[in-house]
Amino acid sequence: MNADIMTYLPAMEKIDSSIKEEVFASIDRYCELTFTEQQVKAALAKDSVEMNLFDYAALLSPAALPLLEQMAERALVERKRYFGDAVYFFSPLYIANYCENRCLYCGFNCGEKIQRARLDKQEIAREMEAMAASGLEEVLILTGESPTMSSPEYIAAACKIARGYFKNVGVEVYPMNVREYELLRENGSDFVTVFQETYQPTVYERYHKGGAKRVMPYRLEAQERALMGGMRGVGFGALLGLGDARRDAFAVGVHAHLIQKRYPWAEISLSCPRLRPIAGQDHIQFDPVSETELLQIILAYRIFLPYAGITVSTRERAGFRDQAMKLCATKISAEVSTGIGSHANGNEHQGDAQFDIADERTVLEIAADLKAIGMQPVMNDYIYV
Amino acid sequence: MKDNLYSVAQDSWQLGPLTLHSRFILGSGKFRLDLIEAALNQAEAEIITLAVRRANSAGEGNILQHIPEHIHLLPNTSGARNAEEACRIARLGRELGCGDMVKIEIMRDSKYLLPDNYETIKATEILASEGFIVMPYMYPDLNVARDLVTAGAACVMPLGAPIGSNRGLETKAFIQILLNEIDLPVIVDAGIGKPSQACEAMEMGVTAIMANTGIATASNLPYMAAAFKKAIEAGRMAYLAKPGRVLEHGAEASSPLTGFLRNE
Repeated sequence: MNADIMTYLPAMEKIDSSIKEEVFASIDRYCELTFTEQQVKAALAKDSVEMNLFDYAALLSPAALPLLEQMAERALVERKRYFGDAVYFFSPLYIANYCENRCLYCGFNCGEKIQRARLDKQEIAREMEAMAASGLEEVLILTGESPTMSSPEYIAAACKIARGYFKNVGVEVYPMNVREYELLRENGSDFVTVFQETYQPTVYERYHKGGAKRVMPYRLEAQERALMGGMRGVGFGALLGLGDARRDAFAVGVHAHLIQKRYPWAEISLSCPRLRPIAGQDHIQFDPVSETELLQIILAYRIFLPYAGITVSTRERAGFRDQAMKLCATKISAEVSTGIGSHANGNEHQGDAQFDIADERTVLEIAADLKAIGMQPVMNDYIYV
Repeated sequence: MKDNLYSVAQDSWQLGPLTLHSRFILGSGKFRLDLIEAALNQAEAEIITLAVRRANSAGEGNILQHIPEHIHLLPNTSGARNAEEACRIARLGRELGCGDMVKIEIMRDSKYLLPDNYETIKATEILASEGFIVMPYMYPDLNVARDLVTAGAACVMPLGAPIGSNRGLETKAFIQILLNEIDLPVIVDAGIGKPSQACEAMEMGVTAIMANTGIATASNLPYMAAAFKKAIEAGRMAYLAKPGRVLEHGAEASSPLTGFLRNE
């Protein structure tokens, strides 16, 4: 185990940026704050682009819970203004589940005895062909966090294959150096998502027992390195429930806000997965996040960062996802399998799933359900330039 | 106008080689089928904007398949962050069959969605030289507008207020300067959320109004589209009628207040 979570490993690139310090400092300040209903109302009375971090913290506070309906009304206005009724579809594709990290909450943890696999190029193409046949035009390529088994070159090759099947290619892989992000960009991907999992150092240290992922600040600077590497946009997320969810949600918003301020042209996207119980991991103590609290967080994201895309995971039930799309979220995954090689028939390599999903609807089923509530399914709204 | 009555049919305007009558242009922000129908049937739009990035979709989200053939398509370059990207998107739009018109939208800020005037001038020059009818979306600045004219723009499209804000003519004084000095059509784009705001802009003498959110977010789209049409026509008629002077302070008597004086 590398002992200090704040010490970079030799291969990890350091960049000249103060954003991570600003994020950490804001979390410290957040811990000292308490709010009244009046302060929440004052925040809601402001234009979104005029809100400060104090207003955002108020929206995330317990004091805002009685005002959830007002928050929903306000979020709906911002959603309509920036995104209309559009809901953007995508699907994740797990191409490998080898991992070198020991994260206690994760099904891909290298200590877990699961079926490991890495798809070869033919299998990747076969999987993508099967996914594209459903009408999807955007794919998110994922791997476990093993630069040895899933090298940047391997992921870049997958991106290149993806460009033949999809108009929009994103990646959610281990944090990389700037040059490696450039490689992915050159091969057809221009959106990078990195989940910080938790922004609270003590919690981070508790759950990340080994591997490169244990180095917290390198992960926190991944979005900035990705943008420096030419990416069009970046995604953020905390695994809500690992630590105090309100605190982590606050940190996600601050992080995204600071990145947008430094890179105003960047597209910003937020994910809001809740930690769910994992088979065989009953010993993990986490802070459960209720559906109401989750909605509060997503509404606060929308109001404070009205321009950001927001994804709601298939970990959530269909009814919640659809209504969240209507109010505040914008992006939905469909036909999800978190296993390896499970979309197409005939793959030699098959690997176990990272987590179970709650929404197993097909693209057509989700599209029909969204249309029924007045939303507009959109398969692509992007040109790779 | 015949018999001194206003007639849309006789009040045409030129956009490059196109002769148009409708002064309402549907923007692309919030695409909905019922919005297209309302814009065509109630607002009688002749131009409908579409984002090339949406036209690029193969599925039902592709706007192209929902627009009648006789309507002029105005592809825009939304998503472009600089002139180079805008040019590439414009060329792709042409390849997709969207025609030679293009609305240049270049934004380097995902929060405020304000146009980048500098990059817009560069893109206008390149695309105009390639035969596009270039309609640049811009922040209303006289020097920029003059540069756009020189670069070959077919019109200028100043914003009234930030996109999607429905806040109306927050840049009114600067649009007025463009009206005073620019000989090309001036089309107000972005910010027009209510028919009264459209009317106000038309009274000033702008050539046409581009709007989307104001109709798309209304509870009754056909009613709102029809209201925009009437407001735009009313504003146009008022402009042609040459409004009386509006005093900032005090009043102007209809009879001279000093008429009692004798010539001595």
